[in-house]
Formats: sequence, C-alpha cells, structure tokens
Amino acid sequence: MELQIESAVFTAILIGCAGYAALFIAPDESTMHAIQRIFYFHAPVAWAGMDAFAVTFIANIAYLATKRPKWDWIGVASAEVGLVFTTTVLITGPIWAHPVWGIWWTWEARLTSTLLLWLLYVAYVMLRKMVDTPERAASYAAIFGIFAYLDVPLVYLSIRFWRTQHPAPVVFGGAGSGLDPEMSKVFFFCVLVMHCLMVILVRQRYQLERLRYEIHEARLAAEDYAARAESFPAVPKEIV
Amino acid sequence: MGTGRAVAILLGKELRGELRSRELLNTTLIFALIVVVIFSFAFDPTAAEARRFAPGLLWIAFLFAGTLMLNPSFAREQANDTLQALRMAPISPFALLLGKILANFVFLLTAELVLLPVFAVLYNVTILPVIGRLLLVIVLGTFGVVVTGTVFAALASQARMRELLLPLLLLPVLAPLLIASVEATAALLNDEPALDPTWTVFLVAFDVVFFTASWLLCEHLIEE
Repeated sequence: MELQIESAVFTAILIGCAGYAALFIAPDESTMHAIQRIFYFHAPVAWAGMDAFAVTFIANIAYLATKRPKWDWIGVASAEVGLVFTTTVLITGPIWAHPVWGIWWTWEARLTSTLLLWLLYVAYVMLRKMVDTPERAASYAAIFGIFAYLDVPLVYLSIRFWRTQHPAPVVFGGAGSGLDPEMSKVFFFCVLVMHCLMVILVRQRYQLERLRYEIHEARLAAEDYAARAESFPAVPKEIV
Repeated sequence: MGTGRAVAILLGKELRGELRSRELLNTTLIFALIVVVIFSFAFDPTAAEARRFAPGLLWIAFLFAGTLMLNPSFAREQANDTLQALRMAPISPFALLLGKILANFVFLLTAELVLLPVFAVLYNVTILPVIGRLLLVIVLGTFGVVVTGTVFAALASQARMRELLLPLLLLPVLAPLLIASVEATAALLNDEPALDPTWTVFLVAFDVVFFTASWLLCEHLIEE
C-alpha cells in the first residue's frame, strides 16, 4: 500500500517536470510557436491510450485462454483508462487544430480512427455492464474486445485510403520527418510520464474491480450460509 | 455428426422457421424501404445529386436493415430456451454459429436483392450493365455484416437493452466495411464503371479476418 502512494507521488512529480519541460525547455517551433507545445501533451497521451487498448487486447485473449478473473479486471481497467486518455486526445486535438488548420475537426485518417476507437471501447465497457452474470460479462466483453482491436488496423487503413489531412507522422515517420533533438528529448520524457500515469490508473482501477469481485463473492457466500442456516432452525439466529 | 451436415440441418431449420412466418424478411424489407424513402425527404435528390450519394444511402439502408434483422437470430431462441437444446446437441459450437451466419446471410441478401431494383428506380441509378460486379460487392459486404452481426447478436442477446446494444456494438466495427462497400459501389455506378481492386480486396480481407475470429472464438460464445 505504501509503495502505491509513493509511486503515485513520484508520478505526480514527473508530470510536473514534464509540464515544465514542455513549456520552458523545449525549443520554440518556427511556424506554430506556443500552440505547438500542446503536442507534448496530446501525442504522449495518445500513445499511452493506444497502449492501454493494446493491454486490453492482450488481457482479453488471456482471459478467454485461462478464464482467470484477474485478466478480466485488467481488461476493463485498461479499457476505461484508455477511454479517458482517448477522450483527452479528442479534446486537445481540436484545441490545437482550430488555430493551426482553421477548423476544429476534419474527417481524416487519424482523427476518425481515434473517434471510432473511442466508440468501440465505449461499446466494450457498456457491453460488460449490461450482461448480468459476471463470468458471462467477462467472456462476452473479451470476445467483443478482440473483435474491436482487430478492427483498429482495418479502420485506420480504410480511412487512410479514403482521405487524409493530419500532419504526416513526425515521430518515426520516415525520411523528412523527425524532431529537433531537444524537442525529441522532451517528447520522449512526456511519453514516459504519460505511460507511468496510465499504469498507475490501470492499477487503481484493477484493485477496485478486484474489491468488487471479492464483495460479490462474499455476498454470495453469506446468502448461501443464510439459506443453509434457515433450513436448519436448530442453529441459533446470532450465528446468522 | 460432421460439421457440414450439422450446418445444413441448422440452416434448414432457420429457413423453414422463417418461411412459415416470413416475419423477419417482411419487416426488414419494409424497414429498408422506409430508410430509402425517408432519405429522399432529408436530401431532396436531383438526378446529379442522387448519383453522388446513392451508394452511401444504399449501404446505410443495408446496414440498418441488417442490425434490425440480426437481433432476433439469438433472441428468438430464448423464448423456449431452444439455444440450450442446441448447445446440448452433438454438434460443434462452430457448426451452430455457421448455421446462424448462413441463415442470416440468406435473409439479408434476399432483402437486399428485393430492395436493389426499387432503389435503382427511385434514385434513377443504372445498375443493369454492372449487375454482376455489383452483386459481388454486395455479397462480400453482406457477408462481413452478417458474420460480425451474428456474433454480436449472440453477445447482445444475453444483455439488458439488447435491441439498443446491438447497433451500438455493430455499427462502429462495421465502419471500415461501410467505407469499402460504398467506395466499391460508387466506382461501379460511375460514368466509367470499374471494379475497384483495392476496395474489393479490402472487403475480402475484412470478411476473412472476422470469419476467422468468429471461428476461433465461437467456443466461448456458445458455452454455458
């Protein structure tokens, strides 16, 4: 428990450092100036969100293979955290796009894929909530999660063929792309920090899910005990 | 029992049930027709405009009809708990799912084939010269809708608010299929009709990916 608090405090300090680095250490971008600095928040959050969904996918497969509840908890925890991150991406994107492109939104490959990804995982979380039996909810959500993740490359490709406007990939984008070394240091630091935040949130949500499960199990056991006690009236009521 | 025979029997059962009532086909067809008609009020199609958005409209009608039609495919089994009986039958879960998929494929394709000429007349679209290639696109697209839709109908059938949940699960997953089908159809309804190789391959890929996934996961879908 103590380690949890320490790691959370540590991440909070890292977030502070990342904010400072993005605002004051990273060099000024020659055409976009100050507004470009949202990139140090927007892109790392996007990466961490995508990685959270990748974790969901792995957890979904692991759940169906092993049927151990902990994989279901990891699945839902990382899906929800991924959703929060994707929501942030969808909010910070237009804030940047409006001054730079002159529009809030465009139906371009990465924007549209992110929006669809968000819708897919909202559906995942809803499905898991709408199925009443916990084991069935876990398997069904896992099946849907696998379908949703398989859909991601297809969504991206289809919209890529269809239309595109987002700035070409700046990081790992091939020839002609690339960041100034100073920017790159700040950027990867921010990526690291956002991943720390993602891991901490997933861990908290996982523990919450585990507690819920334990309460559910305890309640079932208590009901079972009460039912048995009723069928043997000789047992004094205080024990029940 | 071999998978092929089991699938044939299940398909026969589904088709027989539907032929007796014809509820599903009639409702789906009328619904798709209403979508097509309602669209014309929303967009007031002139001849040139209509050609531009006709492919999209056609596929939206197909998708909506599909989501509506797929819901009962598992929900219907619950009334008399017949899914339980199917689970206990000596057939593989894959045969059970495949029987459902093929039956839904036949239903949706039938509804689409009836709707297609009506749509062509209402929106002044010439389809006869490209009918063969158009059918190929429709078959590929419909198969993708039906494979994912049948699996999701099984998921949604066990949930609360299943009628609302199915489109919520299905439509985002079908987004790439919608784009590919619409683009492939648009290329065929052009002034110089051609079968777009990229989108055709994409449709095949979509079908293969999700059919394989359904095959691998069906055991978890139809368990008790």
